[in-house]
Amino acid sequence: MESFLNRYRNLTVLLLVIFAQLVLLAVQVKNAQDVRMIRVWAVSAVTPAARVMEWFRGGSIGFVRNYILMHDASEENRHLRDELGRTRMENTFLRNELATAERAKALQLFEAHTPSKMLAASIIGTGAGANSKVVFISRGSAEGVMRGMAVVTPDGIVGEVIAAYPTASEVLLVTDPDFAAGVIGQKSQVRGTLKGQGNPMCKVDYVPPGEKVQAGEVFYTSGDDRIFPRGFTVGVARVVRPAQPFQEILVEPAGLQHGLEDVLIILDPVHQSIPAAPPANQPVFLAPAPPENPAPAATTGDASPSATPSPAAGTDADKLRAIYQSVGAAENHNFGTGPPGTKPPDFTKLPSSPLPPPAPGAANAPKTATGGRAPASTQHAEPRPATVARPPVPAAKKSVTPPAVAPNAGETAKPPEPRPAAVKPPAKQPPPAPPPQQQ
Amino acid sequence: MSYSSSSRILLSSQRESRISRFRAWVMVVVPLLAILFQIYVPLFFPFAHFLDMPLLVVVYFALMKRSQISGLLVGAFVGLAQDSLSKTPLGIFGIVDTLVGYFAASVGLRLDVDHAFIRLLLAFFFFVFHEVMYWVLARALLGQMLALDPERILIQGLLNAAVGISLYHFLDRLRETA
Repeated sequence: MESFLNRYRNLTVLLLVIFAQLVLLAVQVKNAQDVRMIRVWAVSAVTPAARVMEWFRGGSIGFVRNYILMHDASEENRHLRDELGRTRMENTFLRNELATAERAKALQLFEAHTPSKMLAASIIGTGAGANSKVVFISRGSAEGVMRGMAVVTPDGIVGEVIAAYPTASEVLLVTDPDFAAGVIGQKSQVRGTLKGQGNPMCKVDYVPPGEKVQAGEVFYTSGDDRIFPRGFTVGVARVVRPAQPFQEILVEPAGLQHGLEDVLIILDPVHQSIPAAPPANQPVFLAPAPPENPAPAATTGDASPSATPSPAAGTDADKLRAIYQSVGAAENHNFGTGPPGTKPPDFTKLPSSPLPPPAPGAANAPKTATGGRAPASTQHAEPRPATVARPPVPAAKKSVTPPAVAPNAGETAKPPEPRPAAVKPPAKQPPPAPPPQQQ
Repeated sequence: MSYSSSSRILLSSQRESRISRFRAWVMVVVPLLAILFQIYVPLFFPFAHFLDMPLLVVVYFALMKRSQISGLLVGAFVGLAQDSLSKTPLGIFGIVDTLVGYFAASVGLRLDVDHAFIRLLLAFFFFVFHEVMYWVLARALLGQMLALDPERILIQGLLNAAVGISLYHFLDRLRETA
């Protein structure tokens, strides 16, 4: 080797000097994606090797597991283990295939229902830095990926492409401290800036103390950052604390909750509207149905929660509604059932408080049975859609109803407190039993 | 320095080649002055833009030192100095001038570089080589789609070679006498 270098000393020095200047050049020069050439060269050189190594590793492990390890077992045990191992491997394989198919289906459905043009990619590596929350995905500039493109999953946003190499891209996750994106609250419509903190929770910054943001509110992308199109799910506010000069809002990012394997790169972003409600495929809490024939609270003094609410316990609207219902019941009017042209009740003389219920004989009349003064149980016994406005219930009942806050599919719904049942059909409630105690 | 019509331009052996020696300050000051000339004189005389004095100096020292390592080192230092004073990334002129210095020294081992006609030809050739290499590297490494104008390169090559003859005649006086 030494003689070789001495023999070609001049050429060796030339190559060394040229190489040193090439490295110097690559450190400075950036390509069209604003990535330094030395990184392009390094990633282009390393990622194919990493793919090959991963292929060999997977093949080697499979070979070792399938043949070598079982070769030394005794004949009987080998037969049993072989069968058991094959069954387990097949089971794992099928589970993985099923999971892959489900992910692919979810991605395809999400892509089909989203106006933005997207490109599916898989995670092939993570960043080398200890604190950097970056991943490498399997699509690069050769497939049209550019720096600054948004990366999402059907659950929510994932991050932003910070470097596009020919065969791979580097994605800055939402949890990285350098990440920022414009977000908007679904209910409050308050705008803020989502920032990563280096931990699983993100922070929504620049929300003034006067804005009413509650825990459980879903945040969406606002589109102001020119990276993420408007209307993509960001996450759910888990912690809201008053602070100065801005509120402290911690958001659990929805896109990273179930790990990252497959993602979508938004090639051609199209803004969407902010949904009026969280996605509908989440469980909705329905309170237990009231008993079949409870006595009206005004006449029997029953304090059960399923009884007709007393005016004092409701809002002003409840009081006014009760007054109108009492007037209609006094005139034997059945709200909502009369044909067009039916004479309405005389509302010109409204009492200051609801009228007493009609006599028992009148209460048994067919019209009165479903009239406005009828017990709430007769109205609530009918199945109703979850989106129908909830009728007035006693204050104690309202206080135990957990809010439906989860924005995503059923598995993502995480109510703040455990509850006995997510969905309870009203028909399964025992009719004669007393009202269930929620507390 | 006169040459008869029968004077040889090819050296028959390495023994015939004479290694020129220069004082250390010459090796520092002359390239520095060439670079200063390149960045300062065209401010007042725009037509001086066609001159590439650092290149001519690199070619001269590489030819006269007759050492490939010395030639490429001189080329690298002058090229990097040019890079640092221009908007190009560090290394483009460095690589080109390194190659020029290496090949000029290689040629200097074979030819009688004291011959004026040889100097004229070599100055012209290395100017063209320098321009073509710069175009290739800028296109390959920087992705710059520069235009290659052969007519301009040839004319400027001739002008630089003509200036180079005079320059080399002056620099010969700075050589150390044996």
